[in-house]
Amino acid sequence: MGLKKKSVPMREQPPEVRKHNFLEVPLGYNKEEAILEAQRCLQCPTHPCIDGCPVHINIPRFIKAIKEDDLQKAIDIIHESNLLPAITGRVCPQEDQCQAVCVMGNVGDPVSIGRLERYVADWELEKRKKGEVSLPPKMPPKNKKVAIIGSGPAGLSCAADLAKMGYDVTIFEGFHKTGGVLTYGIPEFRLPKWIVEEEKKFFEQLGVKFQTDVLIGRTLTIKDLFNEKFEAVFIGVGAGLPRFMHIPGENLDNIYSANEFLTRVNLMKAYKFPEYDTPIKVGKRVAVIGGGNVAMDAARTALRLGAEHVYLIYRRSRKEMPAREEEIEHAEQEGIEFMLLTNPIRYIGDENGFVKQAECIKMKLGEEDASGRRRPIPIEGSEFKLDIDQVIVAIGTTPNPIVPKTTEGLKTGRHGTIWVDENLQTSVKGVFAGGDIVTGAATVITAMGAGRKAAASIDKYLKGEL
Amino acid sequence: MFKILKKEVLAPKTILMETYAPLIAKKAEPGQFIVIRVNEKGERIPLTIADFNREQGTITMVFQEIGKTTNLLGTKNVGDAISDILGPLGNPTETDRYGTVVTIGGGVGIAPVYPLSRKLKSLGNKVISIIGYRSKDFVFWEERMRSSSDELLIATNDGSYGAKGFVTDVLKNLIDKGTHIDRIYAIGPAIMMKAVADLTREYKIKTIVSLNSLMVCGMGMCGACRITVGGETKFTCADGPDFDAHLVNFDELMKRLNTYKKEEKISFEKWKEEVGYGA
Ligand SMILES: Cc1cc2nc3c(=O)[nH]c(=O)nc-3n(C[C@H](O)[C@H](O)[C@H](O)COP(=O)(O)OP(=O)(O)OC[C@H]3O[C@@H](n4cnc5c(N)ncnc54)[C@H](O)[C@@H]3O)c2cc1C
Ligand SMILES: Cc1cc2nc3c(=O)[nH]c(=O)nc-3n(C[C@H](O)[C@H](O)[C@H](O)COP(=O)(O)OP(=O)(O)OC[C@H]3O[C@@H](n4cnc5c(N)ncnc54)[C@H](O)[C@@H]3O)c2cc1C
Ligand code: SF4
Ligand code: SF4
Ligand code: FES
Repeated sequence: MGLKKKSVPMREQPPEVRKHNFLEVPLGYNKEEAILEAQRCLQCPTHPCIDGCPVHINIPRFIKAIKEDDLQKAIDIIHESNLLPAITGRVCPQEDQCQAVCVMGNVGDPVSIGRLERYVADWELEKRKKGEVSLPPKMPPKNKKVAIIGSGPAGLSCAADLAKMGYDVTIFEGFHKTGGVLTYGIPEFRLPKWIVEEEKKFFEQLGVKFQTDVLIGRTLTIKDLFNEKFEAVFIGVGAGLPRFMHIPGENLDNIYSANEFLTRVNLMKAYKFPEYDTPIKVGKRVAVIGGGNVAMDAARTALRLGAEHVYLIYRRSRKEMPAREEEIEHAEQEGIEFMLLTNPIRYIGDENGFVKQAECIKMKLGEEDASGRRRPIPIEGSEFKLDIDQVIVAIGTTPNPIVPKTTEGLKTGRHGTIWVDENLQTSVKGVFAGGDIVTGAATVITAMGAGRKAAASIDKYLKGEL
Repeated sequence: MFKILKKEVLAPKTILMETYAPLIAKKAEPGQFIVIRVNEKGERIPLTIADFNREQGTITMVFQEIGKTTNLLGTKNVGDAISDILGPLGNPTETDRYGTVVTIGGGVGIAPVYPLSRKLKSLGNKVISIIGYRSKDFVFWEERMRSSSDELLIATNDGSYGAKGFVTDVLKNLIDKGTHIDRIYAIGPAIMMKAVADLTREYKIKTIVSLNSLMVCGMGMCGACRITVGGETKFTCADGPDFDAHLVNFDELMKRLNTYKKEEKISFEKWKEEVGYGA
């Protein structure tokens, strides 16, 4: 059997159909497709893919199990390193991680590791839905309480590891629902919310306690947690503070941060208004500002709500867009109109205060800047006005300041990130941190990796070894 | 779930509710607020913490039934529960011994003005309170307000009780009489706070308002509540809700409050039909 250079494609909802619904876009592999794709793996002795994965899943072993159609074994192998494979299989930037270094990439397409991971995870979720849960092994109770702040991927994975080690773990979450960005940010059509809910149940079965509606820094402080007999704290509060451009007219009606727009739609289910109470404005001509995953999500969400035109306004060229290639392609297929090398400079409103135009300027690329990307420079005299009735600003987020502001002695970095040492311990004894609050906005899997690393450090700390 | 322990109709469409929320009660300070979600399909709305009892672990809210969510909340009774209450949010109102302080409340805004006046008085200020209602039927907490201020002035729009007119008319009288005022606090509808700001700007009297922008998260993560203060964008939930009245762009605030007028109506009409409201 010769090498199969092409990977088995994944079936998707066609663009014409999916742009009118919130159902998931890629449909997943079936058994035949998964086995065919699994057979493409060379089972390399050097397995570079494992190092490409931030949590070091034993990729060749779980793929081998798929080939042998032993899915229980496959999921057990994945679970050793990653308790949220249904999520990472869907949203990991695999092309930059495990698949970037896959040996098969030298001769053709890399093995579709993410899709295979998703296949195994979905098989297990189906089983769980029927009540067949296989919990990973747990150590006897240690009778020590650990508090986790934030229920995003960093907090969740830290909690799970500590629970497995026998600690009494409570996650405190400000919102009324857990999951962090998985719940309020990433849209339903990329990550169905029932999956996040299922995972939460799984964590509860592991013994993790959840306390929602608790904003640390306001409802309780870290000091209060220590007074409540928690012996260690992990901060995984993410980077959820939206940035604005601070240009004239940015506070007009119908101008949203991507966070607000996506929170209304995902967390509050505004796409089901008025069945759900939270409203959202449905724009006809929508401008989304930015070129990352968040901008793509916002643009594709606006389209699904019923927009006629969605313009994605990005100040550099397509090549510099930080979004995943797959997201960019999906957006293009669905008819998102890219306005590259363009930047808004002010917004113009109607007499009632609603935005009606964006004045933009054309850009050209200059020298490389600190990020290694070419710096955009405005072209004088190229200003033009674009008729729009909604704007979504998706130019990035910064770390949540509430915890740093309310915790004495907590050292922060230049951009408001929390400073940690190599063990992810902060400047306050017994307090650890990881995920976006430490790195700035990054990825689900790096946040999970940090959560796991912090769990190992917390274990050492509580045993007096750190 | 947060249990409702007490419910009282203070005036037409004005309801007081006390709920058990020990963590919030323990930390609450005058000027802070909560975000509540009545049920699974509900929206998140902010309400001021009108009072709290640390020992009993209770907090009190006073709200006006205006749209779907506040009317739905109004149908809840003692023994029922509210799905979510998050708080205390926002920064406590800054208080000190200033001398003579005027506290102004309009409508449900009177509820948060009460603990504030009480605190200002206990700090040794001379507190003059001006409270305004639509008409005599809407009067509530007159006695409480009287007990927490050195002087209480009442206005109703139609003159059916107290002076006829707006709180600003009463305030202007007070100033014109030559009363020395060191500081003013005003809480009420945006239009009232704007009117107070416009008046006191002329007289250069430091004035603090508590803004009621639209909110989603209440914790600084969405920017729904943003507002221009002194030419800069601020988040009401995280940077406020109190601001220097003379720096607030009230026109922008009022326009932003109207963003969802159409949707709010759809939501309310649908609900009225479902529950047979008014039938
Ligand atoms: C729209 C969008 C799309 C994305 N798409 C992808 C993608 O496709 N692939 C990918 O890998 N990454 C993606 N990311 C990035 C990824 O989601 C984040 O890097 C990751 O979620 C960070 O995890 P975290 O646990 O550090 O923080 P978060 O997920 O942000 O979770 C933090 C949690 O802490 C809570 N919290 C904050 N402050 C407090 C407090 N004081 N007290 C209590 N709780 C608090 C928050 O409410 C939140 O639930 C996307 C991000 C966004 C916004
Ligand atoms: C910090 C703060 C404290 C507040 N305290 C009180 C209080 O103590 N008592 C009280 O009666 N009201 C208070 N409000 C206003 C209260 O939140 C709104 O009356 C309520 O949200 C209306 O919801 P609804 O569905 O009944 O009406 P809707 O039909 O949704 O709206 C009617 C009007 O209420 C306002 N409104 C709607 N949604 C919101 C929202 N999410 N946030 C703010 N305003 C909104 C708008 O002006 C709108 O036009 C406060 C608002 C803020 C920001
Ligand atoms: S978790 Fe992400 S990086 Fe790791 S194997 Fe799965 S898809 Fe690849
Ligand atoms: S590098 Fe690619 S081919 Fe090699 S073991 Fe990993 S997945 Fe298989
Ligand atoms: S309500 Fe979300 S930032 Fe203020």
